[in-house]
Amino acid sequence: MGRALSRRLVERGDSVFLLGNEPAELERSAADLVARHPQQALVAHAPCDLEQPAGFAGALDAADRALGGFDTVIVTAGMFASQLQLEQDHELARRLVTVNYAHTVVFCEHARERLLARGGGRLTVFSSVAGDRGRKPVGIYGSSKAGLSVYLEALDHKYHAEGLSVLCVKPGFVKTAMTAGLEPPPFAGEPEQVADDVLRAMLQGRPLLYTPRMWALVMFVIRLLPRFVMRKIGF
Amino acid sequence: MIAKTSLAAETSALSPPGPELTPVSAPSGAVGQLSGWGRLPAPGRELKSERLEAVTRGAVLCRGLGRSYGDSSLPAQASDKVVATLLADRVLAFDPEAGVLHAEAGLSLAEVNRLVMPHGWFPPVTPGTKFVTLGGMVASDVHGKNHHRAGCFGTHVLRLRLRLADDSIIECSPTEHADLFYAAAGGMGLLGHILEVKFRLERTPSPWIWMESERVGNIDEYLARLAESAPRWPMTMGWIDCVSSGRALGRGILMAGRWATPEEAGATPPPPAKEITFPFDLPNWACNPVSVRAFNIAYYYRHFQRQKRGIVTPDQFFYPLDAIREWNRGYGSRGFTQYQCVLPRAAGAPAVREFMQLLARLGGASPLCVIKDCGPEGPGLLSFPLEGTSIAVDMAVTSGIQHIVDRLNEFVIATGGRIYLTKDRFTRAEHFRAMEPRLPLFAAARDKWDPGRRLRSAQSVRLLGDRA
Repeated sequence: MGRALSRRLVERGDSVFLLGNEPAELERSAADLVARHPQQALVAHAPCDLEQPAGFAGALDAADRALGGFDTVIVTAGMFASQLQLEQDHELARRLVTVNYAHTVVFCEHARERLLARGGGRLTVFSSVAGDRGRKPVGIYGSSKAGLSVYLEALDHKYHAEGLSVLCVKPGFVKTAMTAGLEPPPFAGEPEQVADDVLRAMLQGRPLLYTPRMWALVMFVIRLLPRFVMRKIGF
Repeated sequence: MIAKTSLAAETSALSPPGPELTPVSAPSGAVGQLSGWGRLPAPGRELKSERLEAVTRGAVLCRGLGRSYGDSSLPAQASDKVVATLLADRVLAFDPEAGVLHAEAGLSLAEVNRLVMPHGWFPPVTPGTKFVTLGGMVASDVHGKNHHRAGCFGTHVLRLRLRLADDSIIECSPTEHADLFYAAAGGMGLLGHILEVKFRLERTPSPWIWMESERVGNIDEYLARLAESAPRWPMTMGWIDCVSSGRALGRGILMAGRWATPEEAGATPPPPAKEITFPFDLPNWACNPVSVRAFNIAYYYRHFQRQKRGIVTPDQFFYPLDAIREWNRGYGSRGFTQYQCVLPRAAGAPAVREFMQLLARLGGASPLCVIKDCGPEGPGLLSFPLEGTSIAVDMAVTSGIQHIVDRLNEFVIATGGRIYLTKDRFTRAEHFRAMEPRLPLFAAARDKWDPGRRLRSAQSVRLLGDRA
């Protein structure tokens, strides 16, 4: 979804600085953006690993220098594993919860400081519908996203008046590498469609986005289900 | 508005450790169904990853958009590791001056067209759908309406990057490991997993096509007109009515086209293609001899002037069926197959006429029957085209389908023709051997690059005798 979104941004004429944990992959992703838009001004990249919070400040500084001051930070990174794997491997569970919640919050804090220092900007972060309710198949993963969603909500409440525009994106089922191998449920989305939705929501300054849209309704119903029902169903 | 600058923290900031874990959500053994465009399923599942190079390690087969009709992209066994290339869709380099594109194998032709057309380029060869990947185009060594001029897609490929059966990675080109290159072009993915494709584009004078089409009363006239058009037009093809018989046997609509000149095209760029999606599976009985006949008559008379000419968009010209997404649902849940063969020039028009008569006798009614000219056989070891007439007919899968395909294959063998693997699901191994004298060469290439026959598909097991 990050790839589709960065393509949209470059197509619009934005300069983009990519962060990721594999330099060789970043290089290729940057080449892709440049090749698709040969007249484009700037696409650059630097390594940054959500498992290494010590590198966050340096990576954001590098982006700042390259872009001459960024005005938007988008975080699509995260870790995923099945409930079964996470229940069997406590170390994996620890890593996942740390990366998806603690380290992502720290990364956002670094970004918040920089954006507020220049009078505001946009912070868009991918959380998940899995964080809306404690559901059997995504309990541990969902809890990490629940924490992230609450953090993003609070960030919006606290700093909106100061010009920080926070968008919490809650993708439903999207056909990406993360969900490969799962049978797509109804309303499964494509990354391109999600990218369009996210870009629109960012530009409108909305604080929360369910995408594909149908998931807003699906999750509305799920949030209303009483607990004795949630115990019974497998969803 | 977002001002000029923005920052995207890429998806890959943290990934699961290694591609093997990518589809973590699917417990091993959870097997779904995979199917080709003809909708006949086989048990299996595909691994998807942005990192094609990593995920193809140990894989048995790659598949792209699943547009091959039969079992070319299906695993021989449900447990075989099949990789979906779709997410590997990065353009690695595009030179708008020289017209050379280098991209990952999962990039779709639709996307290639969208990217290069504004720069005055177009792929030199395009099949009848744009929903194919570059990797698939190489593996099938696809041909287009301009085969008599431009040859197959492989002719325009400058370089391939492959993961071989021993898991090493190799680059090949017409000059470097040429034997591998020409076995891989049209090799149905059996020589190596295609990771990257670098190919030459064709300069176009405008983004529009000048097309002339003509209603033709019967098969003999049709073939004569097709032969006449070939030297004058870079692109020719046509549709024929394969249910009418007697004097109207093989009546049809012949289309010829070329890129329009800037004067003909005018200043407006072509509008984006309008698409609708076939909303549901038609019931199996919907495609029956009566409805097929009605469709054929309607299609023939829809072209109510005898001749038409003018400019059309490349989408209308090259990809008329792409306007209806998932049109394969029209054949119902039982699925369908396409029989495509080429009859050599030496066999002449009488062979084509006999083929049509045989098809009508066998009851292989088809709403879509496409006939076109093929130029000389290319260098791809197992490439489909050879100089002659190519015929493609769609047929619903009924209980008699094996009989029909067998009889048609026997006829094709007698004329010295061959079938197109990308469309095939029902050909018997002995028939394929009989129509494919190049098979020992292909086997020799596989002996060299994959002696253990690790790379295989349901089709290679069926036709080439690979172990399942």
